[in-house]
Amino acid sequence: MKDIPDLQHPVAAAAEQSPSPPPPDTRPAAARRLSRVKERIIEALLLLAAFSSVAITVGIVGTLAYESSTFFAHVPLKDFLTDTLWTPLFASPRFGILPLVMGTLVTTAVALTVALPVGTIVAIYLSEFAPGTVREVIKPALELLSAVPTVVYGYFALQFMSPLLQKLIPGLPTFNMLSAGVVMGIMIIPYVSSLSEDAMRAVPMSLREGAYALGANRIITALKVVYPSAFSGIVASYILAISRAIGETMIVAIAARMPPNLTADPSEPAATITAFIVQVSLGDLPHGSIGYQSIFAAGITLFIMTLIFNILGYMLRKRFREVY
Amino acid sequence: MSDFKRIIAKRKRQDFIFNIVGIVCTLIGILTLGALLVDLFLDGLPRLNLGFFTHFPSRFAEQAGILSSWVGTLLIMLVTAATAVPLGVAAGVYLEEYARKNWLTNLIEINIANLAGVPSIVYGLMALGLLVYQFRLGQSILTGGLTLAFLILPIVIVATREALRTIPQGIREAAYALGSTKWQVVRHHLLPYSIGGTMTGIIIALSRAIGETAPLITIGALTFIAFLPPPPIKSQAPFVSFEWLWSPFSVLPIQMFNWVSRPDQAFVVNAAGAGLVLILITLSLNAAAIVIRYRVRKRIKW
Repeated sequence: MKDIPDLQHPVAAAAEQSPSPPPPDTRPAAARRLSRVKERIIEALLLLAAFSSVAITVGIVGTLAYESSTFFAHVPLKDFLTDTLWTPLFASPRFGILPLVMGTLVTTAVALTVALPVGTIVAIYLSEFAPGTVREVIKPALELLSAVPTVVYGYFALQFMSPLLQKLIPGLPTFNMLSAGVVMGIMIIPYVSSLSEDAMRAVPMSLREGAYALGANRIITALKVVYPSAFSGIVASYILAISRAIGETMIVAIAARMPPNLTADPSEPAATITAFIVQVSLGDLPHGSIGYQSIFAAGITLFIMTLIFNILGYMLRKRFREVY
Repeated sequence: MSDFKRIIAKRKRQDFIFNIVGIVCTLIGILTLGALLVDLFLDGLPRLNLGFFTHFPSRFAEQAGILSSWVGTLLIMLVTAATAVPLGVAAGVYLEEYARKNWLTNLIEINIANLAGVPSIVYGLMALGLLVYQFRLGQSILTGGLTLAFLILPIVIVATREALRTIPQGIREAAYALGSTKWQVVRHHLLPYSIGGTMTGIIIALSRAIGETAPLITIGALTFIAFLPPPPIKSQAPFVSFEWLWSPFSVLPIQMFNWVSRPDQAFVVNAAGAGLVLILITLSLNAAAIVIRYRVRKRIKW
C-alpha cells in the first residue's frame, strides 16, 4: 500500500494541490470517459487475480473437508484418533491415524535435532562473526540447499546417508526414519539460518555496543543480547522449519518407506502421513472408494498440523516486525 | 592484574572456539551439498548419453531413457508459467499499487502468507478432488500444470511485490504529474522497472516447480509412459493443436522416484542419471536468478 492519494483522476487532484493551473485536458469527453471505464475494468481484473489466491485456499479447505466428510461418515472420529492400526487397504481395514502421525513426528524430531542447533549456530556465525565477504558468498550457497529437488534428497538419503549410518550403527535397516530425518534436517538448515540471521541483523548495533562496553566478548553478546532480542524472529524461523519438516514428502517416501509403524524409534522404517498419501496415490485407486477417501482424511490431518504452526509463525513474524 | 589478563585471554578463547564451531556448522551444509553433487555425478554421469534422452522408459535398465519425462516436464512448465506468471504478477501489482487498507486486503495478505506454508502434497490432494474429479480435467498435463501454478503463485506474488517496493515513490509521482492514469504508470513505468526482481522470483518459483514430485503423484501422474503427447503443430488448418493439454504425462522427478524405488541396482543408476539432469536444471536456473539479481542491482541507480 503506497501513499499515493486515492484519486479518480490525478489531473483533477493536482489542481487542488498545486498553485499553478493544470494543463487542460483537451481530449473529447467521450475519450475521457472511455479511459476511465478502462481503468476501472483493469482494476477489477487485477483484484480478481489477487482474489484467486483466496479461491485456492477455499478450494483446498473445501476439497479436504468434502472428501474427508464421506470418510468420517464411515469411520467414527474416535477410532480415527485412538486406534493404533492404519490399514485402510486391507480386507478388514483399520483407520487409526496414530501410526502415521507418529512417523511424521519422529522424522520431524530427527530433522529438527539437526536443523535447529546447526541452523542457529550458522545464523549466529554469519551475523556476528563472519566477515561481510564470507557472508555474501556463504548465504546464497547455503540457500542452494533448499533449491535441490526433494526427490534428489530422497535418493541421497537412501543411497548415501543410509549406508553411511549403517557403518556407524550396526544393524540399521536400509530403510529407516533416521537417515530420512537427518537429510531432511540438512535440507531445512537454510530456512533456519537465513531467517534467523535476518532477525539478528535487524537488532540495532547500539545494543551490541552496550554489551561490548560492559566488557562482553562476541559470543556472550551474541547469546545474551542479540539472540534474546531477535528471539521472536528466530522462533518464527523455527516454526517455518517445523512446518516444512511435517509436510516434507519425497525424502520420507523414498528413505523411510512403509508400512505404517507405531514406534518412536527412529532406526526403524515407518510411514509418515505424506508418505502414505504418495504410496496410495501410486496405485490405481477408484474414485470414491474408502482408500481414496482415506488419503483425504490423512491430508486434512496434515493440513491442520501445519496450519497451527503457520498461524503461530505468522503471528510471531508480525510481532517481530513491530519491535524495532 | 594477571587475573584481568587471564579473563581477557579466556574470553578471546571463547570467541575463537565459537568461530571454529560456526565454520564447522556452516561446512556441514556446504559439504552435504558437495557430497550430494559428487555422489550423483559419480553414479549418474556414465548414464548421460544421447540415448538416455531419446529413449522411452523400459523394462531393461540399459535401454531405459527419460524422453517422455523431460517432454512432460517441459509441457507442464509451459502450462505452469502461462498460468502463474500473469496471475501472480497481476495479484502482486494489485496488492502493492491498488489495494486499499481494508479487511479484504488484509484477508488476501494473511491468506498468501498461509498458502506459502501449505505442504505441496496438500495442493495435490486439492487438485485430485477438484480439478481431476469435479472439473473433469482428468489426470492430464493441464491438471498437472495448474496444480504447480497454484503451488508457486505465492512465490510469484511476493517477488512481484518486493520488486515493486524498490521503485522510488518519485517515479510514480512524476508519471502522475504528467497526467498518466494509474494503469499507465504501472504499464509504462513500474512493470518495466521491476522486471529484474520479478524475473528472479519467477525463475526461482519455476525451478521449485520443476523439482516438485508429490503433488503430481497425488493427482495420478503415470510412472511408466511410452508415448509422447500429441504435437502442438498440425499440418492442416488451424495448424496449432492443444490436444497435448489432455494427454497423460510423467515428469523427471517422478521418473527418478520410480527408478530409485526399485531393488535392481541398474535402475538406481538410471535414477542417478535422471537426478543429475534434474539438479543441473534447477541449479542453473538458480544461478541465472542470482546473475539477473546481481546485474539488475548494479545497473539501476535511482
